[in-house]
Amino acid sequence: MEVLPILSAMRRNKVGAILVAVQMAATLAILSNALFIIQQHLALSSRPSGIDEANLFAISNQWVGTPPDESALLQTDLAALRALPGVIDAYATNSYPLTNSGWGDGADLKPDQTKSSTHMARYFGDEHTLNTLGVKLLAGRNFTAAEVVDRMYNDQAAPTALIISRAMADSMFPHGDALGKSIYTSGNKAQTSPIVGIVERLQSPWVSGSSWAAGWVENTAIEPYHYLAKSFCYLVRTQPGQLENVLLLSQQKLFEIHRARVLDKVQTLTEARQEVYRDDRGLALILAVVCAVLLAITAFGIVGLTSYWVAQRRRQIGIRRALGATRGAVVRYFQTENLMIAATGAVVGIVLAITLNLWMVSSFQLERLHNSYAVGGAVIVLLLGQLAVLWPALRAASIPPALATRSV
Amino acid sequence: MFKYYFSLALRSLRRNVVLTMLMIAAIGVGIGASMTTLTVFRAMDADPIPHKSGQLYAVQIDNWGPADHSMDTGDKLEDQIDYVDAMALMHAHAGARQIAAYLTGFALTPANPELKPFKVDARATFTDFFSMFEVPFEYGAPWGSGDDDARAPVIVITHELNDKLFGGANSVGRTINLDNEDYRIIGVMAPWNPMPRFYDLTSSDFEKTAPVFLPFTRAIDRHLLSWGNTSCSKASEEGWEGLLNSNCVWIQFWAELPSAAAVEEYRRWLKNYAEEQRLSGRFQWPAYTKLHDVRAWLTYEHVVSDETRILVLVSFSFLLVCVLNAMGLMLAKFMGRSADIGVRRALGANKRAILAQCLIEAGVVGLAGGLLGVVLTVLGLLGLRSVLSEQILELTHLDPSGVCIALALAIAATMIAGLYPTWRAAQVVPAWQLKAQ
Repeated sequence: MEVLPILSAMRRNKVGAILVAVQMAATLAILSNALFIIQQHLALSSRPSGIDEANLFAISNQWVGTPPDESALLQTDLAALRALPGVIDAYATNSYPLTNSGWGDGADLKPDQTKSSTHMARYFGDEHTLNTLGVKLLAGRNFTAAEVVDRMYNDQAAPTALIISRAMADSMFPHGDALGKSIYTSGNKAQTSPIVGIVERLQSPWVSGSSWAAGWVENTAIEPYHYLAKSFCYLVRTQPGQLENVLLLSQQKLFEIHRARVLDKVQTLTEARQEVYRDDRGLALILAVVCAVLLAITAFGIVGLTSYWVAQRRRQIGIRRALGATRGAVVRYFQTENLMIAATGAVVGIVLAITLNLWMVSSFQLERLHNSYAVGGAVIVLLLGQLAVLWPALRAASIPPALATRSV
Repeated sequence: MFKYYFSLALRSLRRNVVLTMLMIAAIGVGIGASMTTLTVFRAMDADPIPHKSGQLYAVQIDNWGPADHSMDTGDKLEDQIDYVDAMALMHAHAGARQIAAYLTGFALTPANPELKPFKVDARATFTDFFSMFEVPFEYGAPWGSGDDDARAPVIVITHELNDKLFGGANSVGRTINLDNEDYRIIGVMAPWNPMPRFYDLTSSDFEKTAPVFLPFTRAIDRHLLSWGNTSCSKASEEGWEGLLNSNCVWIQFWAELPSAAAVEEYRRWLKNYAEEQRLSGRFQWPAYTKLHDVRAWLTYEHVVSDETRILVLVSFSFLLVCVLNAMGLMLAKFMGRSADIGVRRALGANKRAILAQCLIEAGVVGLAGGLLGVVLTVLGLLGLRSVLSEQILELTHLDPSGVCIALALAIAATMIAGLYPTWRAAQVVPAWQLKAQ
């Protein structure tokens, strides 16, 4: 097309063109990195926990002092919770997913390993745990009531049975033969614990991208314990639609059974998810707003500058029109001009985006930018330029050819 | 002269309202975004105890050996120490002052039987905590070292808890029931919530002060477990004694070291202590210890999250785009006035006068952009309400220094953006412009 005349016109206004190109390059660099970070954090915060979050709630229970028979009281509580109308099942535990707080440990194949085979989160539970959480047992069996024993904080005996997540099974036994094998857990080098069941998915409590469990967030083991401690949690699964109701009812019931307790943190798992991923979603939201404003600013900048160029060249445009250029040709002129500037900006921008990302990767816990984001950013910037230039270009096209005949 | 240029600037800005608005909007939005994130960053990066942060040192000892280490820190050290070391360090009195501390808690039963028991966090520590960290008192005083030795059931409570339980009255001498045991109130703090909570960054960095403080020795007596993090590299013996004798780390340790010489001496002493542990066979690895003062500790513990740093980075890059944008617009604007400038030059204005005039015009745009930026920062911080945690929110407000930074940043950015356009304007050859007319 008319590339050469455009180039020669641009040479007379180098700095303006360079400014636009640099601005588009910077926009592209920020945009692609921001979109990439947004995607990463949204992906992180939408990973499934493996449990029936919609119908689950948790009650944090803290005794006042030490009740006379903790063990019996725990059983009474559980029986009462399970008997409430609308309740599917309930169990007591030390910790549960989406809380960023719990017990973690190494798991070993041999007693004399200096470095653990893998790490895992430890959840205490009983024969009601799988049904309460709504996790799917892929292989093996559930705990039996007889296997479940009381456990104090610093008890050191190894669990007599383990139900582990598939991710955990795969990381310790890559050949898929984890069921029935025994492993060393909880620092106990003398006793092993047999794997009696494997569940499809059960996330550890530490889900943030920068947590210590980032590398093994899907590795979990359920141990057959009733946790006798000052503080522990009840998890309750309800029939669909019954959650709010049961949530209130169960607290009343627990206070009826034993008044000297604190029900400190009562939350649905939906709330737990919101809470635990608040920073991730917040970051994504802020970055999205910044991206939108960035695009708007860049677009308006292009509109402003191009309008000015159009105003500056009114006479030349009039002459071109008088010499036979169509309106379309004038519009195309400015579009091509912008495309050339934007394309230059995009090339520089892709390099800049990758450089910025490499620098961020070295300073923060961040992944490498996927190329598709740089390319996508380039496409967005090119389209943005075309869109922004349209209005000034149309204005230019409306300059009458008669202008050429007038003296300024 | 300044006044004249200022009025010229206003007149010129009025001449092309759209370009002017675009420039102001660009600078304003850039300043708004970068100041919003900078305000959050400054809140998180604040020095919680400014006049003393260089004298308070967090103590680390490698009691696990190089083979075992947590994945949290890159330097194979834990940020807490075990009970054995904590007691040894307390008894040695090697620093001017030192404290061991950990977070635990109770169920508090109010005197009024109508009220349900509620959970309170409690910090178990030693008497010097209060003087080391300059805790202000409303009523009473800290417990003494005699209470530490006697494992006394005494407590210091916060202003907030005193308000809640006693309506803010002087409650010194009264008792409260914590897990069925009576504790005598010996002091009530004035409001004190250093943020970040530098003396305990093991769970949440921006947590409020625990409502109850009690002697560490008492907490150990009552087998109060840590409510913070406990990490062990190997299994311990069973029961409470087993935990105390284990290598599980769950105690924060701080020393007050008032001078560089004291720091050096303590560093040497600490290294020597670890070396003794090796000689006695408790450690099977070379002595490895570290001291960090408060500011270094905040950095070490990554109090300012990567997310916040990324946001600051992105928003300042955004400001750069806005400045480029304003620069292009300003270039267009100044070049569009070549004819005016030519006339002024022909009538005797020198280049310097043109430079001054254009820079002042840029400054005016910067000021207006800065003011818009301040408004947008306030809106931005309001917008963050829905996404930030409550504790951090309480810290983030635009103070006068923030407003000054915003305005200075806006004016400086716009003047820098205006340098090239101004220079170009000053290069206008009067004769050429006049001829073209």
